[in-house]
Amino acid sequence: MNLAVSIGALRLQNPVTVASGTFGYGEEYARLLDLNRLGAVVVKGIRLQAVAGNPTPRTAEVTSGLLNAIGLQGPGVDGFIRKYWPFLRTLRVPVIINIWGTTVEEYAEVARRFDALEGVGALELNVSCPNIKEGGAQFGTDCRLLAQVVAACRQATRLPLITKLSPNVVSIVPYAKAAEEAGSDGLSIMNSFPAMAIDIETRRPRLANVTGGLSGPCIKPIAVKLVWEAARAVRIPIIGMGGIQSAEDAIEFLLAGATAVAVGTATFYEPQTALRVIEGLRDFMARRQIEDVRALVGAVRTGR
Amino acid sequence: MLEQTVSILANEPEGGLYSRLVLRAPAISPRVQPGQFAHVRVLPMKEALLRRPFSIFQASGETISILYKAVGRGTHCLRQMTPGQELDVIAPLGHGFTIPAPDGPTPLLVAGGYGMAALYLLAERSPRKGIVFVGGRTRGDILCEREFQALGWEVRVATEDGSQGHKGLVTEPLTEELRRGAAPYTLYACGPTPMLRAVSRLAEEFHLPAELSMDEHMCCGIGACLTCVLPVRTAQGWAYQRACTEGPVFDARQVLWEVPR
Repeated sequence: MNLAVSIGALRLQNPVTVASGTFGYGEEYARLLDLNRLGAVVVKGIRLQAVAGNPTPRTAEVTSGLLNAIGLQGPGVDGFIRKYWPFLRTLRVPVIINIWGTTVEEYAEVARRFDALEGVGALELNVSCPNIKEGGAQFGTDCRLLAQVVAACRQATRLPLITKLSPNVVSIVPYAKAAEEAGSDGLSIMNSFPAMAIDIETRRPRLANVTGGLSGPCIKPIAVKLVWEAARAVRIPIIGMGGIQSAEDAIEFLLAGATAVAVGTATFYEPQTALRVIEGLRDFMARRQIEDVRALVGAVRTGR
Repeated sequence: MLEQTVSILANEPEGGLYSRLVLRAPAISPRVQPGQFAHVRVLPMKEALLRRPFSIFQASGETISILYKAVGRGTHCLRQMTPGQELDVIAPLGHGFTIPAPDGPTPLLVAGGYGMAALYLLAERSPRKGIVFVGGRTRGDILCEREFQALGWEVRVATEDGSQGHKGLVTEPLTEELRRGAAPYTLYACGPTPMLRAVSRLAEEFHLPAELSMDEHMCCGIGACLTCVLPVRTAQGWAYQRACTEGPVFDARQVLWEVPR
């Protein structure tokens, strides 16, 4: 049985990764699960400098979902390399580093810095964080800026580039195409969806940032549709994500056209989710005598 | 830290909205340090996804127990559960209290309501006995007084309505004791944030060390999501640190009560 897939030059032993921002820097979860069984480890977004993050409360539980506005708290490139890279480089599975900036030049500079670091699997360009005023989503909701970010990073590094798209657009197709044409090796679809919740007793927003990004099982059908639309428009592989809790959820994304998937919010409440998805996928394939996971990719039947 | 599906041995009302939950968790129990917490997934709850953090009240033999108040969806659902049913638990988590030295200062524990739960193991394992100050709105909020007395600790109660002990805030009898200044003290506190802040002010005023168990809204509980952060003084100025990992217990001198501008 083959579970291995490729995103550009990046080879994954199985198609199950984790979503940036839901897995810390890997080591936080290393005591609860064997990271070397994953398809890849994807770390929280890094920009050039350290970032303090947003005031609290930063998350709020909503029906079948989670709202967050963490604000990309992080140690910056140097802090990340000093604090977290010594552990991450010991992993036998690829490490995908999620990067962001406030200008096109900063994205390129961060890409250049990681290009010089031995052992990085790929870079994921975060052009879609809903919780950052400058940078983040502004690049993901403007096709021209998106193309500039991807092209600048493409010039800065030979590492595989995966562009993480925003769901907050009228149609994802032009964004998917713009990223492909500018040299992206793959797409991550999708980031969290801009959303809000209010405490009716205090009449205060439940997040200090007022609005945040919605994730968890409630967004899965939105993500499946965006993956399906993008997959028909581009040739580059897609990592599908949004509310995956089980192998069945992951298989839906594969059928919609994703080559790989990422488990996100579910890890917060059930750390074993990604490993259970891998096992469940294996069982599903065995039961149906599917030899190669790639046979599931895009195999949804939409005709009559 | 371990993740385990454990079964409920008992889940009994303690009066009012309070309950005591006993879990069979033989692998977790011996690892628990005072002030650590358990992150509990209430399995029957399908639409509320997140785990709920609870201070570990007692840990002995093969069991751990939790004292909780039904205040929200998770705890109301937990209250309906019965012996034999299962919960998924990640524990023990977090950085707990420093156990007092046998020849060190007298430990004074300060609790607000079910903050008592987080202090019990500290009292049990402390080689020095001291005084527990406990406060609540009314007498029904004063929990496990007898358990602390059984350990040989003196318990001084304060209630806002005067229904038990001193009428007023828990920090009032504490201040009185500190003014008496009979011995060098170390303070250990768990309770609502305004109480912790008041304890921190007293510690500063009387030049005493204090350890505070900070109550922050939590999500993953293991340090990945950065939900439960609070501003903490560092060598470089300040930084957001995680209540689930660097805490929940912090040195009072490190805690900044507001985010610096």
